[in-house]
Amino acid sequence: MSFLEVTLFLWEGFKISLLIFAVTLLCGAPLGLPIAFCSMSKFKPLRALSKIIVWIVRGIPLMLQIFIIYYVPGLLFEFPLFSKIDIYMLVNYDIVDAGRIVAVLIAFTLNYACYFSEIYRGGIESISYGQYEAGYVLGMTKSQIFRKIILVQVIKRIVPPMSNEIITLIKDTALANCIMVCEIIKNAKELAANEALVWPLFFTGVFYLVFVGLLTILLGKLEKKLDYFRG
Amino acid sequence: MAHLIVENLTKSFGSLKVLKGVSFTLEKGEVLAIIGSSGSGKTTLLRCLNFLETPDGGQITVSDKPLLDGHDNDDEIRKKRLHFGLVFQSFNLFPQYTVHKNVTLALELLSQEREDWKTNKKAILDEINKTADDLLARVGLADKAQAYPCQLSGGQQQRVAIARALALSPEILCFDEPTSALDPNLTGEVLRVIRSLKSADRTMIVVTHEMDFARKVADKVIFMANGVIEEEGTAQQVFENPQSELTKAFLTGFDFDKDEE
Repeated sequence: MSFLEVTLFLWEGFKISLLIFAVTLLCGAPLGLPIAFCSMSKFKPLRALSKIIVWIVRGIPLMLQIFIIYYVPGLLFEFPLFSKIDIYMLVNYDIVDAGRIVAVLIAFTLNYACYFSEIYRGGIESISYGQYEAGYVLGMTKSQIFRKIILVQVIKRIVPPMSNEIITLIKDTALANCIMVCEIIKNAKELAANEALVWPLFFTGVFYLVFVGLLTILLGKLEKKLDYFRG
Repeated sequence: MAHLIVENLTKSFGSLKVLKGVSFTLEKGEVLAIIGSSGSGKTTLLRCLNFLETPDGGQITVSDKPLLDGHDNDDEIRKKRLHFGLVFQSFNLFPQYTVHKNVTLALELLSQEREDWKTNKKAILDEINKTADDLLARVGLADKAQAYPCQLSGGQQQRVAIARALALSPEILCFDEPTSALDPNLTGEVLRVIRSLKSADRTMIVVTHEMDFARKVADKVIFMANGVIEEEGTAQQVFENPQSELTKAFLTGFDFDKDEE
């Protein structure tokens, strides 16, 4: 296999990695917000529930969570949901791994939403109460205070920890190969097994590096953009 | 009837009684200075007036309208708050907005509740911008309108906070130790601005440790100790001829420069 062929084959896998990355970010980041609010709720049962969920999700390896989500419907309810999706999509639309990918997306989104929620909570709780009070005495509603005053300050404070999580996320997508999703490392391992090529496995690092490089520049720009105020 | 009537106001935090029945009245256009040592309940009193704390009992009446009427859902309290303005010890400006926007933001949000907001938007916004320009000129910061709070000195920030509070034209403007967070060389500019606001239709309550300021500017002085009003009277009465032993003891701690005037 030529270098170009290997690169293209790995790129096919990296597209799946990028898909997992994008969906996790687009779904997990908003989902983290209600979880954060529940964790800060004055209503004790809700707060307890949300803290327990966050504890479990952060306390179990993500790989294990992927297994649980993928296998539990079949093991507990004798209904292997994700395998059925796999077969259905393959037969009807010629798409491989669809069910597995859905299982991975669910696991990733839940997992990252919980991590994000804790970052949000930390950010929101770090804003001085004086900012709320200033809003109150100026006749603002709670929602106006959150949207117009607190939110931007929180965003500024959480950009660095969020950047960290986002960079971890792209590398975590490699975990999807534990249920045989054809992400980039799975493809590289296939080349090792079928073509006796070992170097592509190490070459995958270049894909991650380039992408993380782009992310770093982008997130750095965002951080700079919010540099116009202190607070 | 007096413009502001506070009757038997009480407030506890847990078992700690902070206000043990505070009553006083204030006429329109009067400046009231509240003095007293830390923990005497001055700030809590101010926070109760602004509904940042809910009093346990008593009554607050502004322009013949009793405010503690049991209607205390968020929206009712929000409207009651608008009778009062509050300038904080720590300024609490909104860091992400320019000085100008700090002054206009609340007015803009309130105007959106007006019925003619949609049809008259541009005129309303022009009006608000003009109000902000005027107020910033009044506190001497017209040239800082486009600056961000972090680019200002503490004294300038506090003057912005005063303009911000004035923007809503509150009936009674409260100051919670407005100069306590400032370097001594910056307190003068803030006190001068507060002094300049004194007028026939602006009622003000200033919690302060600046005794000279209280003596010169206040029409009425209240000395608080242990959650009650220990002594009250005109500035002259309280400062020159205090009756209570506690007031005397408190005032001896301050050096007055009586020859200054």
